[in-house]
Amino acid sequence: MTGTANHGHSLPLTDTEILRIRNDFPILEQLVNEQPLVYLDSGATSQNPLSVMEAEQEYYEQRNSAVHRGAHTLAVAATDVFEDARSTVAAFIGADDNELVWTQNATAGLNLIAYSFGNASVGKVCDAAKKFAVGPGDEVLVTEMEHHANLIPWQELCRRTGATLRFIPIYDDGTLDMAAAATLITERTKVLAFTHVSNVTGVINPVAELVALAHAVGALVVLDACQSAPHLPLDVKALDVDFAVFSGHKMLAPTGIGGVYGRAALLDAMPPFLTGGSMITTVTMEEAGYLPAPQRFEAGTQPISQAAALAAACNYLSETGMARIHAWEAELGKRLVKGLEGIEGIRVLGPPAGVPRAGLAAFEVAGVHAHDVGQFLDAAGIAVRVGHHCAQPLHRRLGLNSSTRASTYLYNTTAEVDAFLAAVAGVRAYFGVEGASL
Amino acid sequence: MSALDSLYQQIILEESKTRRGGDLRDDQLDGQHLPANVGQCHQLNPVCGDEITLRIETAEDEVSGIHWAGDGCSISMASASILSDMVVGLNRAEVAALIANFREVMRSRGKLVADEEILGDAAALSGVSKFPARVKCAMLAWVAAEDALNQTR
Repeated sequence: MTGTANHGHSLPLTDTEILRIRNDFPILEQLVNEQPLVYLDSGATSQNPLSVMEAEQEYYEQRNSAVHRGAHTLAVAATDVFEDARSTVAAFIGADDNELVWTQNATAGLNLIAYSFGNASVGKVCDAAKKFAVGPGDEVLVTEMEHHANLIPWQELCRRTGATLRFIPIYDDGTLDMAAAATLITERTKVLAFTHVSNVTGVINPVAELVALAHAVGALVVLDACQSAPHLPLDVKALDVDFAVFSGHKMLAPTGIGGVYGRAALLDAMPPFLTGGSMITTVTMEEAGYLPAPQRFEAGTQPISQAAALAAACNYLSETGMARIHAWEAELGKRLVKGLEGIEGIRVLGPPAGVPRAGLAAFEVAGVHAHDVGQFLDAAGIAVRVGHHCAQPLHRRLGLNSSTRASTYLYNTTAEVDAFLAAVAGVRAYFGVEGASL
Repeated sequence: MSALDSLYQQIILEESKTRRGGDLRDDQLDGQHLPANVGQCHQLNPVCGDEITLRIETAEDEVSGIHWAGDGCSISMASASILSDMVVGLNRAEVAALIANFREVMRSRGKLVADEEILGDAAALSGVSKFPARVKCAMLAWVAAEDALNQTR
């Protein structure tokens, strides 16, 4: 399901290695509310290692300039940094250099794709762009587990074009109803957009099966790799998806940088979304010609230092080994679920212990609202996410409007997971709800 | 008292379960076709999903009834319960002054000490002001009440 080339062998990281890794993340060495910080919110945003911060600083100290314009030495150096970063990040996800478009984050990436499809759907478009057009009678298919970022852009695309939005339901354990998927993916389906890994349940979707179903009917596949690119060996070519998006800040890089992968032939044929400087060939007062991808989607000044930082983050991850990181987080995820299931009054969302999941767990505490759970844990120095995690429909489907989520990364130790579990075990007594049931 | 204990005082934990005034029926949620002396407001905190629909009934210039339905954290539910116990019998000006005082304390980042003479049981919520992320939870019902009351004539 996932490509593993050049990502190292798959023994999990060891606690000794984790302690060494933690030295690279100064932010983790602090007290929060007089307790050692236990950071279990990397699913929302991850921390940056020193090498990433140094890459950004080095760029500003030595090379800062405009890229792809100007002939002076710094401009050339900055352009080299920017394009080298593209090569590094593209290779990290198994793409070619010209198949990676910089965006602000995954949300911006999904909007780029949906708006470009929209631009292909209205007005006069060239023949090559028609493959992206949707309209009345066509269907855009998502899943019930999507993050709002992979739902609302498609709602808007359908609203603008008259296409119909449909969704593949999930089972009670959070896994995708593949029988329904097989029925819902039809000749009418023009786009199938789904997440690789759920940010709430940790479910890892069967990408190969979904891609096969979609491609059999000629639909374009858009993969939200936000929760997979940081955590497992990702090879977009091996997965055979048409588009994929990810966010840098979830994979050890700063905010403000992310990427869209698209097959070269598709990106070069797709109408642009944002237009303006740096993405054009000839411009007259009446019209403009556009550069090939990726520049055609990169109007205006780009996030250059952030790109350099993201490349440094990818190097850090590759050197540690994505397969090993994935194996480590799978262990932490198993420990989280097993531990939570052993605490009375806790319901873990998603598959039970023993079923593969990402290194995260969202859960409900009987009688205690997620916001209160999060506050209680914060007092113990433990940072978790509370709320709907930008997945309201998924929560509604599971009979909730919020949950608490602990999400791990390569710098988390088993001791931290255990500290979290010990704290969660005290939540219901603190709020005086031992009698409440789920 | 730890900061956490000052946030979750016993009275707050109790009020969050008592939910005084929390008897608005499902068939009243849409708030359509209300008489002129009744106002209703729905408030949602999209960050955490806390939600309340609150109805205020007036007679002459006074609040004669308050009913709500809601789902949220203990702070938001306790705050709605405490508010419900306080406003019946107050006139518009008194309710407005009460809400203004509560809002000022909530926004003070822990600098203002709540005056129990004015805020009564709601003074127990003053610990919330030290937790900026929770101020919206405490204010939810009060903002709804303010809007609902403004709709009445």
